[in-house]
Amino acid sequence: MSNPVIDLLDLKKYFKEVKAVDGVSLSINQGEIFGLLGPNGAGKTTILNILCTLLKPTSGNAIICGHDINKDKDAVRRCIGIVFQDPSLDDQLTAYENLDLHGRLYHIPKDKRKQKMEELLELVELSDKRNVMVKTFSGGMKRRLEIARGLLHQPEVLFLDEPTLGLDPQTRRHIWEYIEKLNRDTKVTIILTTHYMDEADVLCNRVAIIDRGKISAIDTSTQLKKQIGGEVISIKTEDEFHPDQPWIKNVNKHDGCINLTVEEADQKLSLLMNIAQEKKINIDSVTIHKPTLEDVFLHFTGKTIREEEANWADAVRTRRRSRSR
Amino acid sequence: MNLDAIYILWLREIKRFIRSKSRIIGSLAFPTLILIIIGTGLNSVFTMGKLSYIEFIAPGMIGMVLLFSSISFGIMVIWDRQFGFLKEMLVAPISRTSIVVGKALGGVTTSMFQALLFLIVCFAIGIKIPSPLMLLLLFLVMILIAVGFVLVGIAFSSRMKDFHGFSLIMNFVVMPIFFLSGAFFPLDKLPEWLKWFVYIDPLTYGVDALRFCMVNTSSFPIWINLLALIVFGLVATIIGTLLFKTTQL
Ligand SMILES: Nc1ncnc2c1ncn2[C@@H]1O[C@H](COP(=O)(O)OP(=O)(O)OP(=O)(O)O)[C@@H](O)[C@H]1O
Ligand SMILES: [Mg+2]
Repeated sequence: MSNPVIDLLDLKKYFKEVKAVDGVSLSINQGEIFGLLGPNGAGKTTILNILCTLLKPTSGNAIICGHDINKDKDAVRRCIGIVFQDPSLDDQLTAYENLDLHGRLYHIPKDKRKQKMEELLELVELSDKRNVMVKTFSGGMKRRLEIARGLLHQPEVLFLDEPTLGLDPQTRRHIWEYIEKLNRDTKVTIILTTHYMDEADVLCNRVAIIDRGKISAIDTSTQLKKQIGGEVISIKTEDEFHPDQPWIKNVNKHDGCINLTVEEADQKLSLLMNIAQEKKINIDSVTIHKPTLEDVFLHFTGKTIREEEANWADAVRTRRRSRSR
Repeated sequence: MNLDAIYILWLREIKRFIRSKSRIIGSLAFPTLILIIIGTGLNSVFTMGKLSYIEFIAPGMIGMVLLFSSISFGIMVIWDRQFGFLKEMLVAPISRTSIVVGKALGGVTTSMFQALLFLIVCFAIGIKIPSPLMLLLLFLVMILIAVGFVLVGIAFSSRMKDFHGFSLIMNFVVMPIFFLSGAFFPLDKLPEWLKWFVYIDPLTYGVDALRFCMVNTSSFPIWINLLALIVFGLVATIIGTLLFKTTQL
């Protein structure tokens, strides 16, 4: 294992009574794609805002590329790039002007700046839109431009806050490819937050599951799934079903579904059916699957991320609306 | 201080200004209307010593253009907050002071541009600046007024999360500053209680200095006006910068 580029030491951020971040410690290695996975309000954005020096932690500390976020803000700012959750482009400027502005804010010499800008516009396929005003861009184009901007000053660490939030599946996949390519080609360490299971599963070397400001689990997604072990039997029923058996490792309920984690699910299934029959439980359907990241999440937090997402769609809509002039 | 950053933040404001033509027209239409309608309407009723009423209020209207455009520019920092661009600036490795300086220069430039356009309107209705030296002094006074009020605007927007407070500031800060400034009435015959409000209004000294440069009449000696404007500019700069430095997301 290479040495960590980011170290969080018992980081806490309280907004009055709200414990947005409640004692988070973790290390992220050079060249990793690291995922912070959590539902709305878990504290993901707050963690990133602290790491990029926009918020002061209530207590605790973090070291990024050897610099202390509390003491050496400018040094930290110089070695990080960030794509914020909410849009942060100047939409009355063109794509090129936005990049140029960024390049000058980061004091990149002219020749280097020009060359990097060409390269990056090419990478995010916006070369032909360079002189178009950003306010006419689609959500996906804005996102790509923001990613290009975050990379312009060649940061050692790139933070991506919900990089594919609100984008269509095709654009999402496209952005995943960029992120992987970037990480492969430039070895930049990437920390991304998401509440999409598939995103974390596909992209991230390691995932931290975060809920209510605390880390509930942290590992590769394969290891996390293994930690649950066995298989998951999902039983859809409208009745109350309590199959209390010693061989059931974990029980979760949501959306009228009961999820049971067991070993050797094939054999346990018939046992379960017998129990259900004795208790006169009406079963609509049964499925067996290998644990997914979704089950891992459910296991560690006691709820699915999908339950949050019903609200999420609305939240995004209102957020976008309140931001359009 | 980072000159490259200051330059590009200034340039950003200029570009945004040029691209919003309605802002330019809007800011000139109102004072022009006042000047023409009130000025002409009252011209036959009042004369201010040796001045016609329209000559008397023209400098006040320049002061008004500077006041409105400067303060509303400063308050536009809230746009940056609302549209996320503030974060892009705050996370860059540049000092907060550089950001304020770049922005303020942009504000002073755009505000001066509008005031100079309005000065042309004044020339069109027959105002003549006595000498080239007076013209230079006039520019200096205009810049001092713009600097002060741009920073007052930045100070307010550093403490405002959204636009709810905007109309409050317009009604309870900007309007009183304008009406108390002596743009419409002479200062020497005011009742005692009103005088105190007029004397603490920085725009009073601005309008008086403008009047000195444009129509060669004033209530205070010019050096008092200049001193007052410089003090105002310095205080506004210090407070505006300090508040912006501690601005929250
Ligand atoms: N400036 C603030 N003042 C008060 N409370 C805040 C502030 N910022 C965040 N919070 C609260 O802190 C908690 C964590 O918010 P945060 O934005 O970090 O969550 P998140 O994981 O990024 O969620 P999302 O998926 O919606 O982006 C929430 O309960 C939120 O209401
Ligand atoms: Mg967030």
